[in-house]
Amino acid sequence: MASSGQGIAGAGVTQLLQLFIYGLVLGSIYALGAIGVSLTFGILRFANFAHGDLMTLGAYFALTFVGLGWPIGVSWIPAALATALCAVGIDQLTYRRLRREAPVILLISSFGTALILRSLVQILWGPNNQVYRSGIQLPWQLGGLRIKPDWVVILVGAALLVVALHLFLQRTRVGKAMRAMADNFDLAKVTGIETERIILWTWAIGAALACVAGIFLGLDTRLHPTMGWRLLLPVFAAAILGGIGRPYGAIAGGLVIGLAEEFSTLVINPAYKTGVAFAILVLMLIFRPTGLLGGRA
Amino acid sequence: MLSYAIFFLVLVGIYGVLVLGLNIQWGYAGMFNIGVGAFFAVGAYASAIATTPPTPERLGGFDLPFWVGFAIAVAAAGAIAFLIGLITLKLRSDYLAIATIGIAEIISQILRNEGWLTNGVRGITRIPRPFRGWIPGQDTLLYLGLVLLALAGVYWLSERAYRSPWGRVLRAIREDELATLAAGKDVLRFRLQAFVLGSMLMGLAGALYAHFVNFISPEAFQPEFATFIVWVMLIAGGSGNNRGALLGALVIWGVWSGSEWFTNRLPPQWATRAGPLRILLIGILLQVILLTRSQGLLPERPPKPALATSVSSKQKG
Repeated sequence: MASSGQGIAGAGVTQLLQLFIYGLVLGSIYALGAIGVSLTFGILRFANFAHGDLMTLGAYFALTFVGLGWPIGVSWIPAALATALCAVGIDQLTYRRLRREAPVILLISSFGTALILRSLVQILWGPNNQVYRSGIQLPWQLGGLRIKPDWVVILVGAALLVVALHLFLQRTRVGKAMRAMADNFDLAKVTGIETERIILWTWAIGAALACVAGIFLGLDTRLHPTMGWRLLLPVFAAAILGGIGRPYGAIAGGLVIGLAEEFSTLVINPAYKTGVAFAILVLMLIFRPTGLLGGRA
Repeated sequence: MLSYAIFFLVLVGIYGVLVLGLNIQWGYAGMFNIGVGAFFAVGAYASAIATTPPTPERLGGFDLPFWVGFAIAVAAAGAIAFLIGLITLKLRSDYLAIATIGIAEIISQILRNEGWLTNGVRGITRIPRPFRGWIPGQDTLLYLGLVLLALAGVYWLSERAYRSPWGRVLRAIREDELATLAAGKDVLRFRLQAFVLGSMLMGLAGALYAHFVNFISPEAFQPEFATFIVWVMLIAGGSGNNRGALLGALVIWGVWSGSEWFTNRLPPQWATRAGPLRILLIGILLQVILLTRSQGLLPERPPKPALATSVSSKQKG
């Protein structure tokens, strides 16, 4: 996104602010993805490697509805529903039958699911870059800062979804049951919570958020069959940074990773941004494996 | 037809070395490495840079004999694995898997962006094939001999390692890390050794591949082909079982190559979708194996503990 090579000392206030905005936008996308990872990891106890490709799938579902002439502000709703339905279907077809196996078998299975989803996207929508709308969106100029209208959509959209999630987790029976299961699965089960039903809810919500994250990423850059897979590392880093099973931590983690990646472009080649997420991930796991806000190891 | 069979077997042999390397890491020690392709690529590039004639495009080449290139490939993959292992092997298996995704991505970006070292996306050309012209027209057959020799050596080494006390400690770590730690074993040290050894084999496979195809670029090391398919081979064949690993390499490479026969018969407008269709097939195959026979075609059979056999024979007597 940003030019590199000036070093921190040579960067003006405007440039730092500009990077801050880039970081917030990227961080919001990571946060939405990380919430889903954190929810499924917290409740199902396995790292779902197909989460990035769920984002890709959601972004392409939205592309189909946009292609029908619907505005993107409407298209995201059927796309999120379709992605949620796919996630529930995948769970019923594969993961549900593997729940008694070691978590690592589920991990391998999700690795296979990731490849299946990616190849399906390539078969159905083609291997090339695509965009929701052609033409360049003119950025607003605000005192030397460049702000794309899409970024406002992304920031406001992410904030609204986070508030909605908060209300869902705090106020509804299903939300409370999800938090209970994340805290103590066995205790939740003996209390009479229908764990299988809550697992389906978890998949649906995680996948819907993944879908929106994918749409936002497609809005900010472009759509490509590997767009979600490439996000897997920063999204997991965000979830672990926030403490696994802590959706609120995942939001903070997403923003930290997004900002760190963007500010790193002042000193390193932007191609190595992944290295920043990797470094944060490894340092966190070694020095504070429960996450910044305290979660499970 | 015969030349196709030789070509097929060379690739099965190269994948066989890769799968045996992954088997040491995952099958023996339970370490989840999704960065197989990265070590494969490091081996391929290291040997290519060492053995090609000098060029101003990138580092080297150094025009060394192929066997020196192979040794450098093994050493380079091992050295990188050592550095990575030092910082990541403390992690739980699922976190290690995420970390290795990051490593694979960083190495793939280095191959693309550091042109002075790797010539970037243009790749490295004219990698010499050993024994070229020794027997006119039979270059590939001779190379198959070399690959099978390497594979046999690696297999022998892996079997020795599996049956040795060292292999027993790795299996103990895989089954119960805390108990192994309590028994006084330096768990991190054993895991690091297994990680480095497995990665060295992946580096060797990379060198075998580079000298076979004579041209490598970052595109050749996409995770689908360099990592995913290797995992499917190991799971299908049987994690922990070296013969299973080799059988998996043969069967899955057979399915993969056979699927090309199928996609070649698709209508032309489907031509661009042939690759993803084949990946889809392999992905579904993996799910079916996990659901129906997760221990693989040849399940692991650890050697019986010596103590147990002597006790049971005493009881019989």
